[in-house]
Amino acid sequence: MNSRETLQRTETMLLNLGPSHPSTHGVLRVLLELDGELILRADPDIGYLHRGIEKMCEYRTYHRCMPLMNRLDYLAGEVNLFGFCLAMEKLLGIEVPKRAQYVRVMLAELTRIASHLFWLGTHGHDLGAMTPLFYAFREREKIMDLCEMVSGARMFPLYFRIGGLAADLPEGFIQAAWDFVKTFPEKHKDYHALLTKNQIWIERTKGVGVMSPEEVLDWGWSGPMARGSGVNWDLRRDNPYSSYEEFDFVVPLGKNGDTYDRYLVRMEEMLQANRIVRQALEKLADTEPGDIKAKDPRVSLPKKDAVYNDIAGLINHFKIIQEGIVPPKGEVYQCIEAPKGEMGFYIVSDGTPQPFRLKIRGPSFINLSAMDKLARGRLLADAIALIGTMDIVLADVDR
Amino acid sequence: MSKAAELLQEKFPEEVVEVTEFRGETTITVKPGRIVDICKTLRDTPETSFKYLSMVAGLDYLPQSPRFGVVYNLYSHRNHNRVTLKTLLADDNSPAIDSVVPVWSTANWHEREAYDMMGIRFKGHPDLRRILMPADWVGHPQRKDYPLRGK
Repeated sequence: MNSRETLQRTETMLLNLGPSHPSTHGVLRVLLELDGELILRADPDIGYLHRGIEKMCEYRTYHRCMPLMNRLDYLAGEVNLFGFCLAMEKLLGIEVPKRAQYVRVMLAELTRIASHLFWLGTHGHDLGAMTPLFYAFREREKIMDLCEMVSGARMFPLYFRIGGLAADLPEGFIQAAWDFVKTFPEKHKDYHALLTKNQIWIERTKGVGVMSPEEVLDWGWSGPMARGSGVNWDLRRDNPYSSYEEFDFVVPLGKNGDTYDRYLVRMEEMLQANRIVRQALEKLADTEPGDIKAKDPRVSLPKKDAVYNDIAGLINHFKIIQEGIVPPKGEVYQCIEAPKGEMGFYIVSDGTPQPFRLKIRGPSFINLSAMDKLARGRLLADAIALIGTMDIVLADVDR
Repeated sequence: MSKAAELLQEKFPEEVVEVTEFRGETTITVKPGRIVDICKTLRDTPETSFKYLSMVAGLDYLPQSPRFGVVYNLYSHRNHNRVTLKTLLADDNSPAIDSVVPVWSTANWHEREAYDMMGIRFKGHPDLRRILMPADWVGHPQRKDYPLRGK
């Protein structure tokens, strides 16, 4: 081979991004085929965090499935459980008391803010902006404290129950939540000041990872990923659950469907979530304290008085503890607007205390599947921006 | 009866096996043979316009026969409603069905997962590899005869 041929010979290079790379948010490996810095092909290799949650659930009572649900998208633990509880309540045909519904909405929206804050911090950090991480985590910490107040746990509160809540809100919670709600919009301005008009940020995100509305539907994107492309769809508004129809909020939309627009959408969603928390706090003031669990003997334990003095109460208590919740035969699909998109639970019940089949539709899994489409023809550095904008959590991808 | 069920009964009378309503959800059970045509019709007819595939789930009904099933959950952004398509696969030993990737790109990973977990083959899938388990894994973990803890 003469020297001229050597010069002309071009070979593509395979690059492993991950599985333990700081920008992959967990254990994601992306196999990149590169021509110089240009990406020819991106093949995400997932499954490093596969715990077989769907399989494990088939061997557990519904009650014992719940801690696993918290661990799907662990940055928004309680929201996953919210979806599972709603699916179970649909299967059982149970109506949850208003107070429990409002508390659930409030916690779900606080969790949404926490999840978006985590995204903001890490997404910024991946692209070289160090400061937003510290600002975002400052407020996220406050939300963690609120979660700790209701249950003692910060990441995995496990506070929702099938049919309502584990307990009523603790003393001092309402005041602490108000303190957060009132100060958050002011703090939110700091984030905007750091990034929104930052020239480097704009250069790194504008025009990167563009999806048209048609492509969004074709690829099954949901949540902020879809709204960034102008798809006017929010499950909280279009298929309301847990009394969302009583709340007043705006669904922010992007225009260009690029990373920058998705950034703007998530930024605005935090403020809207804050508005919803505020309204939930106002509504909670009109509800009866303690009315937090559906009065249905299939899911709620009888009062202690009835357990000790009444044979029917004792049997009821015994059956729920020993046997678990037994839904009727049937199958339901229930989804919610999780911070990352449509979080769905498909439960097939055969009338026994364990689910016959539980299929979890995680938004991260679906959003990530379009990685190859987004990355093709972009530069290597854009791959980092793309992983960041998808807001994936590998626990939710792998389940 | 929902629009989708009416449409399918009109256009594919041979294919529709059963239409059920449970807790306000419509489930249409169809034969697996013409699943791609059925999905295309549901997507392209303006009244239904199910342009969004929410999920594909594999099912294992062991010890029943037919043993394997595939469930598709579709959503329409026009009407804001859902429909579940369900189909049972005839062959218990090597279950297979046509891939719906030509209808919705998002089906790609869903079907790979169903293949990985249940061993259902999707004919015409552009890239049917394992997705969650390692490439050299033996067996399909979510089948009912696969043990929960090792062998």
